[in-house]
Amino acid sequence: MDQPLIQFDSVHKSYGDNKVLRGVDLAIYKGEITTIIGKSGEGKSVLLKHIIGLVKPDSGNILFEGQTLFARKKSERDALRKKFSYMFQDSALFDSMTVFDNIALPLREGTKMKSGEIGDCVRKRLEQLDIGGIEAKYPGQLSGGMKKRVALARALVTDPEIVLFDEPTTGLDPIRKQSVHTMISDYQKRFGFTGIMVSHEIPDVFSISQRVAMLHEGKILFQGKAEDLLIDEDPVIKGFIQPQGLDLNDF
Amino acid sequence: METLIVNPVRNTGRNTLALITTLGRAGVFFVRSVFFVFYLPFQWRRTLEQVYFIGAKSVTVIILTGGFTGMVLGLQGYYTLSKFGSEGLLGSAVALTLIKELGPVLTAIMVIARAGSAMAAEIGIMRISEQIDALKTMNINPIRFLVSSRLLAGVLSFPLLTALFDTVGILGGYLTGSKLLGINPGIYFYRVETSVLMSDVREGFIKSVVFALTVITVSCFHGYFTHLRKEGFGAKGVSLSTTTAVVQSCVIVLIVDYVITSFLL
Repeated sequence: MDQPLIQFDSVHKSYGDNKVLRGVDLAIYKGEITTIIGKSGEGKSVLLKHIIGLVKPDSGNILFEGQTLFARKKSERDALRKKFSYMFQDSALFDSMTVFDNIALPLREGTKMKSGEIGDCVRKRLEQLDIGGIEAKYPGQLSGGMKKRVALARALVTDPEIVLFDEPTTGLDPIRKQSVHTMISDYQKRFGFTGIMVSHEIPDVFSISQRVAMLHEGKILFQGKAEDLLIDEDPVIKGFIQPQGLDLNDF
Repeated sequence: METLIVNPVRNTGRNTLALITTLGRAGVFFVRSVFFVFYLPFQWRRTLEQVYFIGAKSVTVIILTGGFTGMVLGLQGYYTLSKFGSEGLLGSAVALTLIKELGPVLTAIMVIARAGSAMAAEIGIMRISEQIDALKTMNINPIRFLVSSRLLAGVLSFPLLTALFDTVGILGGYLTGSKLLGINPGIYFYRVETSVLMSDVREGFIKSVVFALTVITVSCFHGYFTHLRKEGFGAKGVSLSTTTAVVQSCVIVLIVDYVITSFLL
């Protein structure tokens, strides 16, 4: 198998007495969508934040293309971060900026595009996500679902190589949920980005994920294809999957 | 025994370490904020927005406070000086008090109340709602984006607001001293003109610039590190950060005022 793009090597992270990650080993491959599942409060978002450097591990290594992430020079890490994009669980939109400015900000600050080009780019993304016409509104004037889609538009506007999605469809109705999943999948196929997604939308996410990893009690209990997860005999995995009424025939 | 001897020593040590850590963090925060002011590309648009917020929107409150402070100085000064038959010196007393002392200090306190509290609250809310993390994920330096432009805007706005405060205050002194109490306007303004030296104006200017750096740094610092507060999280944390920013800024302004005055005298 190819070298993983991102690799967790026995990563530990605690907050006070709360041991969140207790030796995570995980491999993420280029050009695939890897979905991380697990119960709420297991540390899936913490794991995701390690990848982009918002959180540093207490011990263990995170390798990017075989090189330790935190051993790199700051300039290298900054250059690396330009390849990433992150969609936050609670959207993290700038509430004192309009929707347009929210989506345009990464382009204004990180590229040399002219304002006309930025405007076209932002409007295109808004149309693709079916939220055209809300450019002048503020995040506080939007519903939860709309905020999610604005956050998604912001995450994808720079055409990143690696996109981290923290529960991108929570709070959306089933139709929107499906459309966001389809869009992520379509974009991934078109641009070939590497997607790492935390989601509770089982089994919906399995259809767009090439790999699934299950986090349980601070460790990766399973990583591999969704089909293999469904036939895994581990009682914890079965206990997690069965309440969803999943069957291999669903795929 | 442990309760009586060890615990107080332990608490003193812990609090001292916490204080040193906070001071170190604030020092690094200040140095980085100043450094990013000069980091290209220059943030013209954001700086102008902050000049508008800190400076232009404070004009009304500065005119009001400056005017009434000058009027009170005129009243008090007149009755005090008249005891010595020196009411003709009212112009000097009002102008020097305002330019050297009250102008910079009261302007700083007004801006703390109006803009410093708002900065601490805004940045604090951005911190607890992960907006600052979002900036980092976009490779945007949050200190440069949020603090440096405010710092520069403060350095530009404070001296101008102080000058406005002084001018309106001198006019306020004229209103009570001349119009109300009958001092000859010519004498009042002659005394203002002859007693105020360039060194006095420079002292007021230096104070206003130092106060700007202090107020903006303290206000932004408390907002930026809201998440590290142990006494409260979320909305309560933001509220505590805002209160601390206002109280600390006011106290530091008065301490710094004393230090600068003692050096410049």
